[in-house]
Amino acid sequence: MFEKNSPEVTLTLPSDREIAFTRIFEWPRYLLFEMWTKPEHVRHWWGCAGSTLTVCEIDLHPGGAWRFVMRMADGTDHPFKGVYREIVPAERLVYSECYDVPSLGTPEWLTTITFEELNGKTKLTNSLLHPSSEARDGHLQAGMEAGMVQTLNRLAACASVLAEAGVTNG
Amino acid sequence: MMPDRLTTTFAALADPTRRAILARLAKGETSVKEIAHPFSISPPAITKHLKVLERAGLIMRSREAQWRPCRLEAAPLKDVSEWVERYRSFWEQSFHRLDDYLFKLQTKETKKHVRKKQP
Repeated sequence: MFEKNSPEVTLTLPSDREIAFTRIFEWPRYLLFEMWTKPEHVRHWWGCAGSTLTVCEIDLHPGGAWRFVMRMADGTDHPFKGVYREIVPAERLVYSECYDVPSLGTPEWLTTITFEELNGKTKLTNSLLHPSSEARDGHLQAGMEAGMVQTLNRLAACASVLAEAGVTNG
Repeated sequence: MMPDRLTTTFAALADPTRRAILARLAKGETSVKEIAHPFSISPPAITKHLKVLERAGLIMRSREAQWRPCRLEAAPLKDVSEWVERYRSFWEQSFHRLDDYLFKLQTKETKKHVRKKQP
């Protein structure tokens, strides 16, 4: 639930179709970009605590595919896959993302990772765009920057509605 | 919850008037007139907002009574908060691991560097 958020990863709703997660890193952005795009690095960190990446394939060019399989401590496998759309070293990555379980209808979304320099630190934004291809293509044509402008931080408002409605996660 | 339903819910929540309406309904069911009261917008505009909320499954309008009371439906809100929490927690854990990994790499690099310096 929103108010349980640690201050580390913050949530915003930059537009009607986007959900963005932001986090500040003490590392330079070129290094984070490397970590995000090379399998030998990705397999060391991508995934929930206690999980391992049993498959980590990255074909880093526009139109190239990626595929990760996260194995949880209990042995269950969670496959993810997608296609790279845009790659700007040390700045931005755009790729489609899909939880690859056909029985769930494999919903797909578009992920944009931006690496912004911030006084020697890096502000990393992970933005999810749901879901139609028209919306996605329109968004790509309109330019990602426009979509990334965080006009409003609606988190507080959403949280207050949720709190008043007594909606909690257990 | 499928992402397209999530999108509908988020789109419905993206408007401050609609959130205010939901906040009002969180206190209990009420009439459209009562909902419109604090806002300086026209009744048709309020009706439009209510339709968006109804389509998103966030409110229910009773057809039984003449005054058609509105009621909050908490399920989509709960779905949104659960989905967001799952996703956020996934990245929080990944980012912790990324930090740990980079610290380890850095330590290794420093040691290598130190070793090189020593004859």
